[in-house]
Amino acid sequence: MTAPAAKRSSWPRWARRGPMENIATVIIGLGFLMLFQSFAEILYTYSFVTLLAGTLMFIVVSKFPE
Amino acid sequence: MTETNASLLDRAAQAAARSTPEPVARRVRGLSDKGVAWLFIAPTIVLLLAINIFPLIWAIRLSFTNYRANRPNAEVVNVGLDNYRRILTDSDIWFAMQTTAHFVFWTIVLQTLIGFTLAWLIDRKFRGHAFWTTIILVPMMLSPAVVGNFWRFLYEPQIGLFAYVVSFFSGIPPTDIQMLSSVRLAPWAIVIVDTWMWTPYVMLICLAGLRSIPDYIYEAAEVDRASNWRQFWSITLPMALPFIMLAVLFRGIENFKMFDMVNLLTGGGPGSTTEVASITLKREAFEKWRTGFSSAFAIILFVAVFGLANIYVKALNRVKSR
Repeated sequence: MTAPAAKRSSWPRWARRGPMENIATVIIGLGFLMLFQSFAEILYTYSFVTLLAGTLMFIVVSKFPE
Repeated sequence: MTETNASLLDRAAQAAARSTPEPVARRVRGLSDKGVAWLFIAPTIVLLLAINIFPLIWAIRLSFTNYRANRPNAEVVNVGLDNYRRILTDSDIWFAMQTTAHFVFWTIVLQTLIGFTLAWLIDRKFRGHAFWTTIILVPMMLSPAVVGNFWRFLYEPQIGLFAYVVSFFSGIPPTDIQMLSSVRLAPWAIVIVDTWMWTPYVMLICLAGLRSIPDYIYEAAEVDRASNWRQFWSITLPMALPFIMLAVLFRGIENFKMFDMVNLLTGGGPGSTTEVASITLKREAFEKWRTGFSSAFAIILFVAVFGLANIYVKALNRVKSR
């Protein structure tokens, strides 16, 4: 007897936890570097928005299915 | 199983069921077991909410206002995102962020390198290693206030031991070694003190990591004739890496908030050379009394540390799962 096929998840493949967490991590890292760099004030100005977006995205996508 | 054995077991089960007391919960005012459990943990949850969550929510609320703690009766006006806009376009605060980054980077690099090296040496289990472990741990046990004052004396150019030791090896006159008042040396003076105080902490965590590596892995490597260098790179370092990362995470978060040592040693000076973010925050909050503004600044720092911790925990999980 063959094993029953695993139920396919309807969750889109691109929105799985792994890749989305990676994107959020890159955004957080970028925001962090922007906040503490010493080259351009404009990067510093937009650092918090980037950091906040990355952190909120991380919190949300960490609940996504694997 | 025979019928006699089955009936014996049945009777034993019934006797056990009779002797089991009725759940405590049902006797205490009709509460369920779950209810009693919640009753026990409720004080802790209330305390956590009062100490951690409420101040955070309150600070977020204040960050959108012009509230000043020294004028409690003044009208509080909602200024929207103005506090955040001012912080993120202020070049002095930007400089304080760079100073913080410089401080965090060098303390973590030095503490990790020295801490891991010390742990690796202590793990050799030489004669008297327990004694030396205790001696190395002493700075970590001292109060930052004591350490700050103690190092201020050590850094004194006239009477300080540090200046004399450096002078002995370099030939520079001790009076020229102005560790706390020189623009060039003051940031390094703080890095040295923090490294002296917290390297033992990193060492302790790394030591736990090194002690957790089973001996049979090294024995197998010996059988394979792996050199000491190869054993270090292929066994010691990868297996101790989660512990090293944990130490870096703890120290990183702590050093972003570093206040006491800087305040005691330099107070942010000379000029604003050692003015880390927490010193700027304290000046805004308790010298200029711009509570709303400083709340917004605190929230920015919180998000930065929280974001970094997220990345770090993810990296740690990846390393652990390897």
